[in-house]
Amino acid sequence: MSEETPAPLWEVFIRSKRGLSHNHVGSLHAPDAEMALRNARDVYTRRMEGVSIWVVPSAVITASSPDEKDSFFDPAADKPYRHPTFYSIPKEVQQL
Amino acid sequence: MRSSGQIEHGAALDDPFAGEAAAEVISDRHEAEFQALIDSDQRIEPRDWMPDGYRKSLIRQIAQHAHSEIIGMQPEGNWITRAPSLRRKAILMAKVQDEAGHGLYLYCAAETLGVDRAELIDLLHQGRQKYSSIFNYPTLTWADVGAIGWLVDGAAITNQIPLCRCSFGPYARAMVRVCKEESFHQRQGFESLYALSHGTPEQHEMAQDAVNRWWWPSVEMLGPPDAESTHSAQSTAWGIKRYSNDELRQRFVDMVAPQAVVLGLTPPDPELRWNEDRGHYDFGEPDFEELRRVVSGDGPCNRQRAAHHLAAHEEGAWVRAAAAAYAAKHPATSAAA
Repeated sequence: MSEETPAPLWEVFIRSKRGLSHNHVGSLHAPDAEMALRNARDVYTRRMEGVSIWVVPSAVITASSPDEKDSFFDPAADKPYRHPTFYSIPKEVQQL
Repeated sequence: MRSSGQIEHGAALDDPFAGEAAAEVISDRHEAEFQALIDSDQRIEPRDWMPDGYRKSLIRQIAQHAHSEIIGMQPEGNWITRAPSLRRKAILMAKVQDEAGHGLYLYCAAETLGVDRAELIDLLHQGRQKYSSIFNYPTLTWADVGAIGWLVDGAAITNQIPLCRCSFGPYARAMVRVCKEESFHQRQGFESLYALSHGTPEQHEMAQDAVNRWWWPSVEMLGPPDAESTHSAQSTAWGIKRYSNDELRQRFVDMVAPQAVVLGLTPPDPELRWNEDRGHYDFGEPDFEELRRVVSGDGPCNRQRAAHHLAAHEEGAWVRAAAAAYAAKHPATSAAA
């Protein structure tokens, strides 16, 4: 039926307001970056959900593998001394 | 670290263990981890291991949901040029645009499972994937637009709210967006029907006629009764489905029955009445034979809906070709191939 090559996939990131970072909201197909931005505006910001949009070709993103999640994140698992709650402070000290 | 091109997309995981026995052990471990995530009410994300059946079941459900949003643009789109005021016209256009958006959120969620949107649209065109039965009914008068908003969107919301907590992350996230936007759909429908019902006697009659025709199809669109629902048990075990079709149907009737009184319109169900003991409305038996017939292709508008979608797709081919040609001439802004 359709013999066309589908347009590439883009990941869409939106800054919902000034002062906040861009968050991933979804993806869409578009032939180029400009169309991807316009489509992202139409699909993801019909109700003023954003003040800035990033579109990134899905193909260029490198992701960690969920299979390795234990070993990959292990180095942080046994270092509770990186958190302030690890330390005991005398009661007299109210704020530290 | 694994450099797959995609964060959410690209489902097949390369198994690092080649040996078959080892693969089997790995697969058992995966299955246990998968079920543990579901049982602790956590979300499954696209690149997690998942059983084939889970993946297939979700692709089928999300694709059919997406198709429903897109086909659902047709019955209401039918009235855009004939809306009775600029206000109603702007509202209806916004609503139909939302349906397009909802379809795209859902295709995007389905694609994270490793299918391509183009494949899903081909399956729709070949009649191998379905869409909601409700969109195979015609919109004969302007009042139908109000009835669709109130009843059809009401039933859709009843079905979609629990899906916001579905076990598959991208589907649940898409549903959160959809539900947020859908609440305006139901309110505008109610408001429009209310205006008609409290207008001239002819307008009131038109509103009543629309409710007479849309009531039962809306009660039926929540699916076959639990005893006959083919996919329910497994979907429930996988955390895709949270409530049975009959529970959702009861919830829907409980929501709209008192609203009908405010509208001053009478649902075409003589058995509809409040049951003090149950704390729910009793209602008549929907015609599930009709539901089966309409889903399997024999509703009033099935052929028309399918033909229109196919024609729109084919007539838009030159636009896609032109955009692709433009992108090829300006490689700086196009995605790295």
